[in-house]
Amino acid sequence: MKSITSVVAFFFGSLGLALAAGTTPCFAQIDIHFHAVTGPMEARVGGLTGHSSDGKALYRRFCVGCHGASGDGNGENAIWFDPTLGFAKPRDFTVAVFKCRSTPSGTLPTDEDLFDALTRGFVTTNMPEWRPLSGLDRADLVAFIKTFSLRWQTDKAGTPIAIPPEPPAKIESILHGRELFQKMECWKCHGPEGRGDGPSAATLTDSKGNPIRPYDFTTGERFKCGVSNRDLYRIFMTGLDGTPMPSFADTIKPEEAWDLVHFLRTLQVSIKTPELATFKQWVSAHPGQLKPIGQQAPSGN
Amino acid sequence: MGSQYSGGDMGERARHLAKKSILWLALSLFLGLLLFAVILADSRSASAEPLPGGNVRAIPAFARKYGLPCSACHTAWPELNNFGQVFRDNGYQLMNDRDSPIWQNPSYWPITFRMTPNWHRERTNHQPVDGAPPNGSVVEQHGFDLSGMDVWTAGTLYKNISFSLLPSLDSDGTFGFENAFVRFDNLLNSRWVNVKFGKFELDNLISEKRFLFLSANGGFYQTYHFVPVGASNDFGLGDNQIGVELMGHSANSYTRYSASLVSSNSGNPGLPSNRTYDGYVTFSQAFQVGRLGLQRLGGYAYAGRRPTFSQTFGGGEPIPGTGLGNKSFYRVGFAGDLYILQGKWEFLPFFLHGYDNVFLGTATPANVPLPAGAQAPKWNGGFIETHYYYSPQLVLTGRYEIIRMSRQALTSNPSNLGDIDAYTAGYRWYPIMFSRAGLAWHNEFSLVKTAGSIPLSGNGVGSIPCTATCPGVWSQSLLFGFDFDF
Repeated sequence: MKSITSVVAFFFGSLGLALAAGTTPCFAQIDIHFHAVTGPMEARVGGLTGHSSDGKALYRRFCVGCHGASGDGNGENAIWFDPTLGFAKPRDFTVAVFKCRSTPSGTLPTDEDLFDALTRGFVTTNMPEWRPLSGLDRADLVAFIKTFSLRWQTDKAGTPIAIPPEPPAKIESILHGRELFQKMECWKCHGPEGRGDGPSAATLTDSKGNPIRPYDFTTGERFKCGVSNRDLYRIFMTGLDGTPMPSFADTIKPEEAWDLVHFLRTLQVSIKTPELATFKQWVSAHPGQLKPIGQQAPSGN
Repeated sequence: MGSQYSGGDMGERARHLAKKSILWLALSLFLGLLLFAVILADSRSASAEPLPGGNVRAIPAFARKYGLPCSACHTAWPELNNFGQVFRDNGYQLMNDRDSPIWQNPSYWPITFRMTPNWHRERTNHQPVDGAPPNGSVVEQHGFDLSGMDVWTAGTLYKNISFSLLPSLDSDGTFGFENAFVRFDNLLNSRWVNVKFGKFELDNLISEKRFLFLSANGGFYQTYHFVPVGASNDFGLGDNQIGVELMGHSANSYTRYSASLVSSNSGNPGLPSNRTYDGYVTFSQAFQVGRLGLQRLGGYAYAGRRPTFSQTFGGGEPIPGTGLGNKSFYRVGFAGDLYILQGKWEFLPFFLHGYDNVFLGTATPANVPLPAGAQAPKWNGGFIETHYYYSPQLVLTGRYEIIRMSRQALTSNPSNLGDIDAYTAGYRWYPIMFSRAGLAWHNEFSLVKTAGSIPLSGNGVGSIPCTATCPGVWSQSLLFGFDFDF
C-alpha cells in the first residue's frame, strides 16, 4: 500500500507543482506582459458585447505568436514574415492604425470593422480567417485589441462613409473607370494591366518602412478588405491607412468611384467577372479604339 | 484488487514492503526533482525578457509554415480545436492564397517528429502465473521506456491538393504506415466535396489519434477496439483504414459529414484477408451556446463484412486476400463535444452499439455447422471523457469507459464475459509552447477491469477460468513522461 501512497503522492505533488507553474508567468512568448494601457474595453458588434477581460485568454491562445505580447506586431514569428516575398508584417495594435475601415481615412475603425477583419482574415498574408471562432470570441478579441492603444480612450471611431446604390455596370461606366485609372495614375502602382507591377511598385513602403506590394488584380479573387463591389468602393473612399493607398473621397465623385470599381473588375482575368465579359465584347467590336494605359498615354485620355 | 502475497511470513512481507517503499520513494523523489528542474528552468526564463524569435529557429511542420502557436489549432496538442478542425477539413490550408508550396521558403522542412521517453508501471492481478494459486497472481513490470515514434509530414502539393504521410516506428522497432493519403480539396469549388484516397483515420467524431492519453491501458478507447471474447472479427473503429473518403463541411465546420468506402482488411496493406468493402458514414452539427462555448453532436454508422474462411492451397494454407463466407457486422452510435465555463471545461460523451454475425461471434467458418447455443453477439459501450483547460499550458484529463455485453455469442457463456470498466485520470503540462516546437510533461494513471479476457492493452498473460460469472481482472498503468514534438 505504501507504493500506491508514494505514487499518489507523486501524482498530486507534481500536479500541484504544475498548477503553481501555470499561475506564474513562464517561458518565453507565453510570458505575456500585456501592456494594456487602458482600462477594460468593450466591443459591440450587432447583438454581441465583447469584453477585453475575456479576450485576453483568446489573444494569448491565438494571436500572440505574430502580434506579440505587447500587441506591437513583434511576436516570435514576426521575423519570419518577409515583406519582400509578399508577406506583410503583423499589425502593430499600439498605433491603432488599421487598413480595413468603413470610416474616413485617419479615423479609428468601428468595432464591426475590426470584427469583419478578424472574420475575413487578410488574403495573401499569414492572417487567416478566424471564422471558426464564435462570434462572441471574435467580439472579445476586438475588445482586447483596443486595450493596446490609448487612442481608443481619447478618440472615437469615425462615422462610416455612406455608400450610394451601385449603378449598372454598363460599358460607359467601365470605359470611364478606365480613364480614371489612367488619369489618377493608379497604374503607377498597380500596373497597366493591374498586375501590381507599376513603375512605382518596387519603391512602396508602409508606415513602418516595410516594403509593400500593390494588389495584383489579375490573380486575386478576394481583396484585402472584402470581396464585393461595395467593399472595393469602400477601399477607394476610405483608403488603406498605414499603406500608400490613399483615400479618394475628396478627389472623385461617388459615381466615378463606381466607374472605377467596374473597370477594376475587368482586370480580374482569373475569375471572369461580368464586367470583364462586357468589356471584352466592346473591345472586340471596337478594335484599336483604346489607347494603352501607362506612361505613353497622354494624361486624361 | 488481489495481492501477490497469499500468505506466508509477515515479517518477510514487511521487509519486502519496506524495501519496495524505499524504491518507490527514491523514484518519486527523482521524478519530482526532474519536474522541479523543469520548473526552475522555467523560472529563470520568466525573469528574463521575452526571448526574441531569432533565438528559436527550430520550426516544426505547420508552425514554420504559418507561424501560428500550437494553441491556435489545438485545445491542448494533439487534440484539435475548431480552428484546427477547419484547417484540417480545408486540406491543411488556411485558404489565404499562400497555402501552395510555391509560396514556401525552399528551406521549409515539413516534417514533425513525436516521441515520449517515459517511466511506466504495469500491474495486472489474477494472472495464471506458474505456481500461482487458483485465483491467480499479480504480474508487475516497471521501468524507464520509450514510446513509439511518429514521423509525420503533411501539407499541400498544390492549391487544393493535400497529402499526409505518417510512417511510425513502434518502440520495438516495428515499422508501419499509420496513414498515407492524397486529398483533393474543394472540388467543384465547394467545401462540401473533398475526396481522400489512401490510408486514413476514419472521420471519428472523437479522434483517438489526437487525444490526450498515453498509458498502456488509457492510451486507447476500449470501445473503439472491442470485439466479443472468442470472435474472429478483427475490426476496430480506431484502426486506420484503406479506402476512399468523401467529406464536406461548412465554412466554419459547424456542419460536417463524411462517407467512406474501405477495404475489408482492417487497414492492413497487401490485401491480406478479404476482397469485400465496408462503409462508414458520419454527420455532426455544432452550435454556439453563449458563454458556454461550442457544442457539437453527431452520429455515425459502420457496416462491414469479414470472411470466415479462405481459399486454401497445400492442404489448408489460406491464400491471402481470398476470404470466403463473408458475414456482416455493424457499429452505430453517437458522440458529442460539449463545453462549459467559456470553453474551459470539455466533455466528450460517446456511445456505441455493436453487432457481429453469429459466425463471426463464434469464430465459426460459414461452411461448418454452428455450435450449440450460438447466437449473434451484441453489446453496448461508451465513455465520458473530460478535459479541464486550466490554461493553454495545463490540462487535467479524466475518462470513464464501460462496455456491457447485451447478448453473448454462446448461451452458455457467463453473462458478464467480455465486460469492461476503465478509469483514467491525468494531466498534461506544457512548460513551453512556442509555435515551433512542443513539450509536455505527461502524467497518467489508468485502471481497467476486464471479465474473462486479457486487457486490450495486452497487459497480463491470460485470465483465470470463468464459472457462473467471470472474476474481474484489474490492470493498472501508471506513466510519467516527456512528450515532445519537433
